[in-house]
Amino acid sequence: MKKILTTPLTNADLEDIRIGDVIYLNGHIVTCRDVAHRRLIEYGRELPVDVRGGAIFHAGPIVRKREDGKYEMVSIGPTTSMRMEKFEKDFIEQTGVKVIVGKGGMGQDTVEACQKHKAIHCVYPAGNAVLAAIQVEEIEKAEWMDLGMPETLWYCRVKEFGPLIVSIDTHGGNLFEENKVKFNQIKEEQIKKISEKVKFIK
Amino acid sequence: MAHEQAKERFVESMVQVMDFTSRILPDDVFDKLKELQAAETSDMQRVIYDAYFDNLEKAKELKRPCCQDTGILHFYLSAGTEFPHLGMVEEALEEAVRRASAQIPLRQNTINYFEERNTGDDTGERVPWVHWDLLPGSQDLEIITYFAGGGCCLPGRSKMYKPSDGYQAIVDNVFDAVADLGINACPPLVVGVGLGHNIENAAVLSKKAYLRPLGTRHPHPKGARFERDLTEALNRLGIGAQGLRGENSVMAVHVESSGRHTATIAVAVSVACYAHRRSLVRFHSDLSFEVLSHKEAGH
Repeated sequence: MKKILTTPLTNADLEDIRIGDVIYLNGHIVTCRDVAHRRLIEYGRELPVDVRGGAIFHAGPIVRKREDGKYEMVSIGPTTSMRMEKFEKDFIEQTGVKVIVGKGGMGQDTVEACQKHKAIHCVYPAGNAVLAAIQVEEIEKAEWMDLGMPETLWYCRVKEFGPLIVSIDTHGGNLFEENKVKFNQIKEEQIKKISEKVKFIK
Repeated sequence: MAHEQAKERFVESMVQVMDFTSRILPDDVFDKLKELQAAETSDMQRVIYDAYFDNLEKAKELKRPCCQDTGILHFYLSAGTEFPHLGMVEEALEEAVRRASAQIPLRQNTINYFEERNTGDDTGERVPWVHWDLLPGSQDLEIITYFAGGGCCLPGRSKMYKPSDGYQAIVDNVFDAVADLGINACPPLVVGVGLGHNIENAAVLSKKAYLRPLGTRHPHPKGARFERDLTEALNRLGIGAQGLRGENSVMAVHVESSGRHTATIAVAVSVACYAHRRSLVRFHSDLSFEVLSHKEAGH
Protein backbone atom coordinates (compact mmCIF):
# COMPACT_ATOMS: atom_id res chain seq x y z
CA MET A 1 0.00 0.00 0.00
CA LYS A 2 1.19 3.52 -0.80
CA LYS A 3 2.30 5.56 2.19
CA ILE A 4 0.79 9.00 1.60
CA LEU A 5 1.51 12.08 3.73
CA THR A 6 -0.73 15.13 3.63
CA THR A 7 0.46 18.68 4.37
CA PRO A 8 0.46 20.40 6.84
CA LEU A 9 2.49 17.81 8.73
CA THR A 10 3.21 17.33 12.43
CA ASN A 11 6.22 15.77 14.15
CA ALA A 12 4.14 12.65 14.82
CA ASP A 13 3.47 12.16 11.08
CA LEU A 14 7.20 11.72 10.47
CA GLU A 15 8.06 9.67 13.54
CA ASP A 16 7.84 6.22 11.93
CA ILE A 17 9.48 7.12 8.64
CA ARG A 18 12.97 5.75 8.02
CA ILE A 19 15.61 6.20 5.32
CA GLY A 20 14.92 4.04 2.30
CA ASP A 21 11.12 4.28 2.69
CA VAL A 22 9.10 5.25 -0.37
CA ILE A 23 6.35 7.82 0.31
CA TYR A 24 3.95 10.09 -1.60
CA LEU A 25 2.70 13.59 -0.82
CA ASN A 26 -0.74 15.21 -0.93
CA GLY A 27 -1.32 18.89 -0.29
CA HIS A 28 1.14 21.65 -1.15
CA ILE A 29 4.77 21.90 -2.13
CA VAL A 30 6.63 25.05 -3.16
CA THR A 31 9.71 25.19 -5.37
CA CYS A 32 12.60 26.79 -3.55
CA ARG A 33 16.27 26.66 -4.58
CA ASP A 34 19.55 28.60 -4.63
CA VAL A 35 18.66 32.28 -4.57
CA ALA A 36 15.52 31.90 -2.46
CA HIS A 37 17.63 30.22 0.24
CA ARG A 38 20.22 32.95 -0.05
CA ARG A 39 17.64 35.73 0.23
CA LEU A 40 16.15 34.28 3.39
CA ILE A 41 19.35 33.31 5.19
CA GLU A 42 21.99 35.71 3.93
CA TYR A 43 19.88 38.81 3.27
CA GLY A 44 17.24 38.23 5.95
CA ARG A 45 14.31 38.68 3.59
CA GLU A 46 11.08 36.99 4.64
CA LEU A 47 9.98 34.05 2.52
CA PRO A 48 6.78 35.20 0.76
CA VAL A 49 5.21 31.76 1.24
CA ASP A 50 4.44 30.13 4.59
CA VAL A 51 5.96 26.64 4.59
CA ARG A 52 5.45 25.79 8.29
CA GLY A 53 4.50 22.10 8.39
CA GLY A 54 4.83 22.09 4.63
CA ALA A 55 7.14 20.97 1.89
CA ILE A 56 9.70 22.58 -0.37
CA PHE A 57 11.06 21.24 -3.62
CA HIS A 58 14.60 21.90 -4.80
CA ALA A 59 13.49 22.28 -8.39
CA GLY A 60 13.43 24.63 -11.33
CA PRO A 61 10.48 23.89 -13.57
CA ILE A 62 9.32 24.78 -17.05
CA VAL A 63 6.07 26.70 -16.65
CA ARG A 64 3.68 27.94 -19.30
CA LYS A 65 1.25 30.84 -18.94
CA ARG A 66 -2.16 29.81 -20.18
CA GLU A 67 -4.63 32.08 -21.97
CA ASP A 68 -6.69 32.51 -18.79
CA GLY A 69 -3.62 33.94 -17.06
CA LYS A 70 -3.04 30.86 -14.90
CA TYR A 71 0.28 29.06 -14.91
CA GLU A 72 0.60 25.47 -16.04
CA MET A 73 3.35 23.08 -14.92
CA VAL A 74 4.93 21.68 -18.08
CA SER A 75 7.96 19.90 -16.70
CA ILE A 76 9.40 19.79 -13.19
CA GLY A 77 12.07 17.72 -11.50
CA PRO A 78 14.53 17.93 -8.64
CA THR A 79 17.86 19.68 -8.73
CA THR A 80 20.98 18.82 -6.71
CA SER A 81 20.07 19.37 -3.05
CA MET A 82 23.67 19.63 -1.91
CA ARG A 83 23.85 23.14 -3.38
CA MET A 84 21.46 24.27 -0.64
CA GLU A 85 23.44 22.57 2.16
CA LYS A 86 25.05 25.82 3.23
CA PHE A 87 21.63 27.32 4.04
CA GLU A 88 19.33 24.40 4.81
CA LYS A 89 19.94 24.08 8.53
CA ASP A 90 18.96 27.70 9.17
CA PHE A 91 16.17 27.41 6.63
CA ILE A 92 14.59 24.48 8.50
CA GLU A 93 14.94 26.29 11.80
CA GLN A 94 13.47 29.58 10.58
CA THR A 95 10.63 28.29 8.40
CA GLY A 96 9.46 25.12 10.17
CA VAL A 97 9.44 23.20 6.88
CA LYS A 98 8.85 19.46 7.32
CA VAL A 99 9.63 17.85 3.98
CA ILE A 100 12.49 18.81 1.67
CA VAL A 101 12.44 17.15 -1.72
CA GLY A 102 15.42 17.19 -4.05
CA LYS A 103 18.10 15.17 -5.73
CA GLY A 104 21.02 13.34 -4.18
CA GLY A 105 21.97 13.58 -0.55
CA MET A 106 22.56 16.43 1.88
CA GLY A 107 25.18 16.97 4.56
CA GLN A 108 25.62 16.72 8.28
CA ASP A 109 24.16 20.16 9.09
CA THR A 110 20.89 19.22 7.41
CA VAL A 111 20.87 15.85 9.19
CA GLU A 112 21.21 17.63 12.54
CA ALA A 113 18.47 20.12 11.73
CA CYS A 114 16.16 17.32 10.57
CA GLN A 115 16.71 15.50 13.83
CA LYS A 116 16.31 18.57 16.02
CA HIS A 117 13.31 20.13 14.26
CA LYS A 118 11.74 16.87 12.99
CA ALA A 119 11.96 17.16 9.22
CA ILE A 120 12.91 14.78 6.42
CA HIS A 121 14.73 14.99 3.10
CA CYS A 122 13.51 12.90 0.18
CA VAL A 123 14.66 12.20 -3.35
CA TYR A 124 12.30 12.47 -6.28
CA PRO A 125 13.90 10.29 -8.98
CA ALA A 126 15.43 13.00 -11.10
CA GLY A 127 14.80 13.58 -14.76
CA ASN A 128 11.19 12.41 -14.44
CA ALA A 129 9.92 15.83 -15.20
CA VAL A 130 6.69 15.04 -17.00
CA LEU A 131 5.65 12.46 -14.42
CA ALA A 132 6.12 15.05 -11.67
CA ALA A 133 4.38 17.79 -13.67
CA ILE A 134 1.19 15.80 -14.10
CA GLN A 135 1.11 15.20 -10.32
CA VAL A 136 0.79 18.99 -9.90
CA GLU A 137 -2.93 19.71 -9.91
CA GLU A 138 -2.60 23.47 -9.91
CA ILE A 139 -0.06 26.24 -9.45
CA GLU A 140 -1.92 28.33 -6.89
CA LYS A 141 0.50 31.25 -6.81
CA ALA A 142 3.96 32.41 -7.83
CA GLU A 143 6.29 34.61 -5.77
CA TRP A 144 9.66 36.26 -6.40
CA MET A 145 9.12 36.08 -10.13
CA ASP A 146 11.96 38.55 -10.59
CA LEU A 147 14.29 35.55 -10.17
CA GLY A 148 13.26 34.06 -13.51
CA MET A 149 11.43 30.85 -14.27
CA PRO A 150 13.73 28.29 -12.59
CA GLU A 151 14.09 30.25 -9.33
CA THR A 152 10.55 31.56 -8.86
CA LEU A 153 8.67 30.15 -5.85
CA TRP A 154 5.90 28.14 -7.55
CA TYR A 155 3.27 27.18 -4.96
CA CYS A 156 1.79 23.89 -6.15
CA ARG A 157 -1.14 21.74 -5.06
CA VAL A 158 -0.12 18.12 -5.61
CA LYS A 159 -1.75 14.71 -5.60
CA GLU A 160 0.20 11.54 -4.80
CA PHE A 161 3.41 13.37 -5.57
CA GLY A 162 6.16 10.78 -5.76
CA PRO A 163 7.76 8.27 -5.50
CA LEU A 164 9.76 10.07 -2.81
CA ILE A 165 12.63 8.04 -1.42
CA VAL A 166 13.49 9.12 2.11
CA SER A 167 17.20 9.97 2.30
CA ILE A 168 17.33 11.76 5.69
CA ASP A 169 14.91 10.87 8.50
CA THR A 170 14.14 12.44 11.87
CA HIS A 171 16.39 9.95 13.68
CA GLY A 172 19.74 11.00 12.24
CA GLY A 173 19.76 8.55 9.34
CA ASN A 174 21.41 9.61 6.07
CA LEU A 175 20.98 7.14 3.22
CA PHE A 176 23.48 8.73 0.84
CA GLU A 177 26.19 8.90 3.50
CA GLU A 178 25.68 5.22 4.29
CA ASN A 179 25.89 4.40 0.60
CA LYS A 180 28.97 6.54 0.12
CA VAL A 181 30.83 4.55 2.75
CA LYS A 182 29.95 1.36 0.88
CA PHE A 183 30.97 2.84 -2.50
CA ASN A 184 34.29 4.00 -1.11
CA GLN A 185 35.15 0.58 0.28
CA ILE A 186 34.63 -1.03 -3.13
CA LYS A 187 36.26 1.90 -4.91
CA GLU A 188 39.70 1.45 -3.37
CA GLU A 189 39.67 -2.24 -4.19
CA GLN A 190 38.64 -1.68 -7.81
CA ILE A 191 41.14 1.13 -8.38
CA LYS A 192 43.92 -1.12 -7.17
CA LYS A 193 42.86 -3.94 -9.43
CA ILE A 194 42.55 -1.85 -12.58
CA SER A 195 45.75 0.09 -11.92
CA GLU A 196 47.72 -3.16 -12.21
CA LYS A 197 46.47 -3.48 -15.80
CA VAL A 198 47.50 -0.01 -17.03
CA LYS A 199 51.23 0.14 -16.48
CA PHE A 200 51.75 1.27 -20.06
CA ILE A 201 54.61 3.74 -19.43
CA LYS A 202 57.62 1.52 -19.09
CA MET B 1 17.37 28.84 -52.97
CA ALA B 2 17.50 32.43 -51.84
CA HIS B 3 19.67 33.01 -48.81
CA GLU B 4 16.87 34.07 -46.45
CA GLN B 5 14.67 31.18 -47.54
CA ALA B 6 17.47 28.67 -46.95
CA LYS B 7 18.13 30.04 -43.52
CA GLU B 8 14.47 29.95 -42.57
CA ARG B 9 14.18 26.34 -43.67
CA PHE B 10 17.26 25.38 -41.67
CA VAL B 11 16.05 27.23 -38.55
CA GLU B 12 12.66 25.52 -38.61
CA SER B 13 14.30 22.12 -39.14
CA MET B 14 16.55 22.66 -36.14
CA VAL B 15 13.56 23.64 -33.97
CA GLN B 16 12.06 20.25 -34.91
CA VAL B 17 15.34 18.52 -34.08
CA MET B 18 15.53 20.17 -30.64
CA ASP B 19 11.88 19.30 -30.06
CA PHE B 20 12.25 15.54 -30.51
CA THR B 21 15.68 15.51 -28.86
CA SER B 22 14.21 17.07 -25.72
CA ARG B 23 11.51 14.39 -25.47
CA ILE B 24 12.89 11.14 -26.87
CA LEU B 25 16.15 9.41 -25.96
CA PRO B 26 18.31 8.10 -28.82
CA ASP B 27 17.82 4.41 -29.67
CA ASP B 28 21.17 3.23 -28.32
CA VAL B 29 20.56 4.90 -24.93
CA PHE B 30 16.99 3.66 -24.64
CA ASP B 31 18.05 0.08 -25.39
CA LYS B 32 20.92 0.26 -22.91
CA LEU B 33 18.61 1.52 -20.14
CA LYS B 34 16.23 -1.37 -20.83
CA GLU B 35 19.15 -3.77 -20.51
CA LEU B 36 20.24 -2.23 -17.19
CA GLN B 37 16.67 -2.21 -15.88
CA ALA B 38 16.41 -5.94 -16.48
CA ALA B 39 19.51 -6.54 -14.35
CA GLU B 40 18.08 -4.82 -11.26
CA THR B 41 16.67 -6.91 -8.43
CA SER B 42 15.70 -4.55 -5.58
CA ASP B 43 12.24 -3.02 -5.17
CA MET B 44 13.65 0.49 -4.90
CA GLN B 45 15.60 0.20 -8.17
CA ARG B 46 12.49 -1.18 -9.87
CA VAL B 47 10.40 1.77 -8.63
CA ILE B 48 13.00 4.16 -10.05
CA TYR B 49 13.40 2.47 -13.45
CA ASP B 50 9.61 2.20 -13.74
CA ALA B 51 9.43 5.94 -13.11
CA TYR B 52 12.13 6.53 -15.79
CA PHE B 53 10.23 4.64 -18.48
CA ASP B 54 6.81 5.87 -17.39
CA ASN B 55 8.16 9.40 -17.65
CA LEU B 56 9.62 8.84 -21.13
CA GLU B 57 6.29 7.47 -22.28
CA LYS B 58 4.44 10.54 -20.90
CA ALA B 59 6.99 12.92 -22.43
CA LYS B 60 6.38 11.41 -25.85
CA GLU B 61 2.60 11.34 -25.42
CA LEU B 62 2.23 14.88 -24.03
CA LYS B 63 5.02 16.31 -26.23
CA ARG B 64 6.99 17.80 -23.36
CA PRO B 65 10.72 17.74 -22.51
CA CYS B 66 11.42 14.53 -20.58
CA CYS B 67 13.66 16.38 -18.10
CA GLN B 68 12.99 19.89 -16.87
CA ASP B 69 16.64 20.84 -17.15
CA THR B 70 16.89 21.31 -20.87
CA GLY B 71 20.35 22.65 -20.24
CA ILE B 72 22.50 24.84 -22.42
CA LEU B 73 22.28 23.87 -26.06
CA HIS B 74 25.46 22.39 -27.52
CA PHE B 75 25.94 21.72 -31.22
CA TYR B 76 28.83 19.57 -32.36
CA LEU B 77 29.11 20.06 -36.10
CA SER B 78 30.91 18.01 -38.70
CA ALA B 79 30.72 20.35 -41.64
CA GLY B 80 31.36 19.29 -45.20
CA THR B 81 33.77 21.73 -46.79
CA GLU B 82 31.46 21.72 -49.84
CA PHE B 83 28.24 22.28 -47.84
CA PRO B 84 26.85 25.38 -49.57
CA HIS B 85 25.29 27.15 -46.56
CA LEU B 86 28.12 27.25 -44.02
CA GLY B 87 28.02 31.01 -43.57
CA MET B 88 24.54 31.13 -42.06
CA VAL B 89 24.84 28.15 -39.72
CA GLU B 90 25.87 29.78 -36.44
CA GLU B 91 23.42 32.64 -36.73
CA ALA B 92 20.65 30.22 -37.69
CA LEU B 93 21.38 27.91 -34.76
CA GLU B 94 21.05 30.84 -32.38
CA GLU B 95 17.73 31.82 -33.92
CA ALA B 96 16.56 28.18 -33.76
CA VAL B 97 17.37 28.01 -30.04
CA ARG B 98 15.49 31.26 -29.43
CA ARG B 99 12.41 29.85 -31.17
CA ALA B 100 12.71 26.42 -29.55
CA SER B 101 12.98 28.07 -26.14
CA ALA B 102 9.59 29.74 -26.59
CA GLN B 103 7.83 27.06 -28.65
CA ILE B 104 8.74 23.72 -27.07
CA PRO B 105 9.14 25.38 -24.45
CA LEU B 106 12.60 24.92 -22.96
CA ARG B 107 13.57 26.05 -19.49
CA GLN B 108 15.34 29.39 -19.49
CA ASN B 109 18.81 28.52 -18.29
CA THR B 110 21.28 31.03 -19.65
CA ILE B 111 22.90 33.74 -17.58
CA ASN B 112 25.68 35.97 -18.88
CA TYR B 113 28.62 36.45 -16.56
CA PHE B 114 28.77 39.84 -14.78
CA GLU B 115 25.24 40.76 -15.86
CA GLU B 116 23.94 37.87 -13.71
CA ARG B 117 20.44 38.03 -15.11
CA ASN B 118 18.62 35.28 -16.96
CA THR B 119 18.56 36.13 -20.68
CA GLY B 120 15.10 34.58 -20.92
CA ASP B 121 15.54 32.84 -24.28
CA ASP B 122 18.33 30.28 -23.80
CA THR B 123 20.79 32.27 -25.87
CA GLY B 124 23.60 34.39 -24.54
CA GLU B 125 27.29 35.08 -24.80
CA ARG B 126 28.65 32.18 -26.90
CA VAL B 127 25.40 30.32 -26.22
CA PRO B 128 24.39 28.06 -27.89
CA TRP B 129 27.88 26.55 -27.71
CA VAL B 130 29.01 25.51 -31.18
CA HIS B 131 31.96 23.25 -31.95
CA TRP B 132 33.17 22.82 -35.53
CA ASP B 133 34.95 19.95 -37.22
CA LEU B 134 35.41 19.63 -40.97
CA LEU B 135 34.48 16.81 -43.35
CA PRO B 136 36.82 17.35 -46.31
CA GLY B 137 35.06 17.18 -49.66
CA SER B 138 31.61 16.43 -48.22
CA GLN B 139 28.48 18.38 -49.18
CA ASP B 140 26.69 17.44 -45.95
CA LEU B 141 26.45 18.99 -42.52
CA GLU B 142 26.18 16.59 -39.58
CA ILE B 143 24.90 18.00 -36.30
CA ILE B 144 25.01 16.45 -32.87
CA THR B 145 22.52 18.33 -30.71
CA TYR B 146 23.06 17.95 -26.99
CA PHE B 147 21.18 19.35 -23.98
CA ALA B 148 23.90 20.00 -21.40
CA GLY B 149 22.05 19.96 -18.07
CA GLY B 150 23.56 21.47 -14.94
CA GLY B 151 23.58 18.34 -12.79
CA CYS B 152 25.65 16.28 -15.17
CA CYS B 153 28.06 19.12 -15.99
CA LEU B 154 28.99 19.53 -12.31
CA PRO B 155 31.18 16.40 -11.90
CA GLY B 156 33.27 17.42 -14.94
CA ARG B 157 36.99 17.94 -14.42
CA SER B 158 40.22 18.45 -16.31
CA LYS B 159 43.64 18.05 -14.71
CA MET B 160 47.33 17.85 -15.54
CA TYR B 161 49.76 15.17 -14.40
CA LYS B 162 53.36 14.20 -14.84
CA PRO B 163 54.31 11.01 -16.67
CA SER B 164 55.55 9.63 -13.34
CA ASP B 165 51.93 9.72 -12.09
CA GLY B 166 51.15 7.22 -14.83
CA TYR B 167 47.78 5.96 -16.03
CA GLN B 168 46.88 5.53 -12.38
CA ALA B 169 45.99 9.24 -12.35
CA ILE B 170 43.42 8.61 -15.06
CA VAL B 171 41.83 5.80 -13.11
CA ASP B 172 41.69 7.88 -9.92
CA ASN B 173 40.05 10.78 -11.74
CA VAL B 174 37.39 8.63 -13.34
CA PHE B 175 36.50 7.00 -10.03
CA ASP B 176 36.45 10.29 -8.15
CA ALA B 177 34.20 11.93 -10.73
CA VAL B 178 31.73 9.05 -10.79
CA ALA B 179 31.71 7.96 -7.15
CA ASP B 180 31.60 11.47 -5.71
CA LEU B 181 29.61 14.10 -7.60
CA GLY B 182 28.52 11.56 -10.20
CA ILE B 183 26.05 10.11 -7.73
CA ASN B 184 24.04 13.33 -8.02
CA ALA B 185 24.30 13.46 -11.80
CA CYS B 186 21.45 10.99 -12.41
CA PRO B 187 23.14 7.63 -12.93
CA PRO B 188 23.44 5.31 -14.79
CA LEU B 189 25.90 7.66 -16.51
CA VAL B 190 27.75 7.80 -19.77
CA VAL B 191 31.33 8.63 -18.80
CA GLY B 192 33.59 10.44 -21.25
CA VAL B 193 37.33 10.34 -20.64
CA GLY B 194 39.61 12.64 -22.62
CA LEU B 195 43.34 11.99 -22.70
CA GLY B 196 45.58 14.67 -24.14
CA HIS B 197 48.43 17.05 -23.49
CA ASN B 198 46.72 20.07 -21.93
CA ILE B 199 43.48 20.69 -20.10
CA GLU B 200 41.60 22.20 -23.03
CA ASN B 201 42.27 19.43 -25.51
CA ALA B 202 41.54 16.76 -22.90
CA ALA B 203 38.26 18.49 -21.99
CA VAL B 204 37.07 18.65 -25.60
CA LEU B 205 37.97 14.98 -26.09
CA SER B 206 36.08 13.93 -22.94
CA LYS B 207 33.02 15.62 -24.38
CA LYS B 208 33.44 13.93 -27.75
CA ALA B 209 33.85 10.65 -25.88
CA TYR B 210 30.43 10.75 -24.26
CA LEU B 211 28.79 11.92 -27.47
CA ARG B 212 29.99 8.76 -29.24
CA PRO B 213 27.28 6.14 -29.92
CA LEU B 214 27.06 3.45 -27.23
CA GLY B 215 28.70 0.23 -28.31
CA THR B 216 31.57 1.91 -30.16
CA ARG B 217 35.13 1.36 -29.00
CA HIS B 218 38.42 3.23 -28.80
CA PRO B 219 40.44 2.42 -31.97
CA HIS B 220 43.49 1.16 -30.08
CA PRO B 221 43.06 -2.36 -28.63
CA LYS B 222 44.54 -1.25 -25.30
CA GLY B 223 42.24 1.77 -25.29
CA ALA B 224 39.23 -0.46 -26.00
CA ARG B 225 40.31 -2.78 -23.22
CA PHE B 226 40.70 0.19 -20.86
CA GLU B 227 37.13 1.26 -21.64
CA ARG B 228 35.81 -2.21 -20.86
CA ASP B 229 37.86 -2.48 -17.65
CA LEU B 230 36.69 0.93 -16.42
CA THR B 231 33.07 0.11 -17.25
CA GLU B 232 33.24 -3.16 -15.34
CA ALA B 233 35.05 -1.68 -12.37
CA LEU B 234 32.64 1.26 -12.06
CA ASN B 235 29.68 -1.10 -12.29
CA ARG B 236 31.12 -3.07 -9.39
CA LEU B 237 30.59 0.07 -7.26
CA GLY B 238 26.88 -0.63 -7.63
CA ILE B 239 25.83 3.02 -7.59
CA GLY B 240 22.50 2.16 -9.21
CA ALA B 241 19.85 4.45 -10.67
CA GLN B 242 19.83 7.80 -8.81
CA GLY B 243 22.84 6.72 -6.70
CA LEU B 244 20.55 4.66 -4.46
CA ARG B 245 22.51 1.42 -4.92
CA GLY B 246 21.86 -1.15 -7.57
CA GLU B 247 23.58 -3.59 -9.87
CA ASN B 248 25.24 -1.03 -12.17
CA SER B 249 26.65 2.49 -12.20
CA VAL B 250 27.23 3.41 -15.82
CA MET B 251 25.87 2.80 -19.30
CA ALA B 252 29.37 3.03 -20.74
CA VAL B 253 32.83 4.54 -20.40
CA HIS B 254 34.26 6.01 -23.60
CA VAL B 255 37.85 7.15 -23.99
CA GLU B 256 39.07 9.58 -26.67
CA SER B 257 42.74 10.43 -26.96
CA SER B 258 45.23 12.62 -28.77
CA GLY B 259 49.01 12.44 -28.71
CA ARG B 260 50.50 13.69 -25.47
CA HIS B 261 53.51 15.87 -24.80
CA THR B 262 56.42 13.77 -23.59
CA ALA B 263 56.32 15.72 -20.31
CA THR B 264 52.57 15.72 -19.61
CA ILE B 265 49.48 13.61 -19.08
CA ALA B 266 46.19 15.48 -19.33
CA VAL B 267 42.99 13.86 -18.09
CA ALA B 268 39.47 15.16 -18.39
CA VAL B 269 36.28 13.46 -17.30
CA SER B 270 32.81 14.54 -18.42
CA VAL B 271 29.69 12.66 -17.47
CA ALA B 272 26.25 12.51 -19.04
CA CYS B 273 23.07 11.60 -17.18
CA TYR B 274 20.74 8.72 -18.02
CA ALA B 275 18.47 11.22 -19.78
CA HIS B 276 21.17 11.49 -22.45
CA ARG B 277 19.48 13.88 -24.82
CA ARG B 278 21.65 13.82 -27.88
CA SER B 279 20.71 13.42 -31.50
CA LEU B 280 22.57 13.12 -34.75
CA VAL B 281 21.10 14.51 -37.94
CA ARG B 282 22.58 14.94 -41.41
CA PHE B 283 21.65 17.90 -43.59
CA HIS B 284 22.23 17.64 -47.34
CA SER B 285 23.17 20.47 -49.64
CA ASP B 286 19.48 21.07 -50.49
CA LEU B 287 18.83 21.36 -46.71
CA SER B 288 16.74 18.23 -46.50
CA PHE B 289 17.80 16.20 -43.47
CA GLU B 290 17.79 12.69 -42.08
CA VAL B 291 17.77 11.60 -38.44
CA LEU B 292 20.47 9.02 -37.70
CA SER B 293 20.09 8.57 -33.95
CA HIS B 294 16.36 8.07 -33.48
CA LYS B 295 14.21 5.53 -35.34
CA GLU B 296 11.19 7.28 -33.95
CA ALA B 297 11.89 10.95 -34.31
CA GLY B 298 8.27 11.90 -33.75
CA HIS B 299 7.91 14.55 -36.41
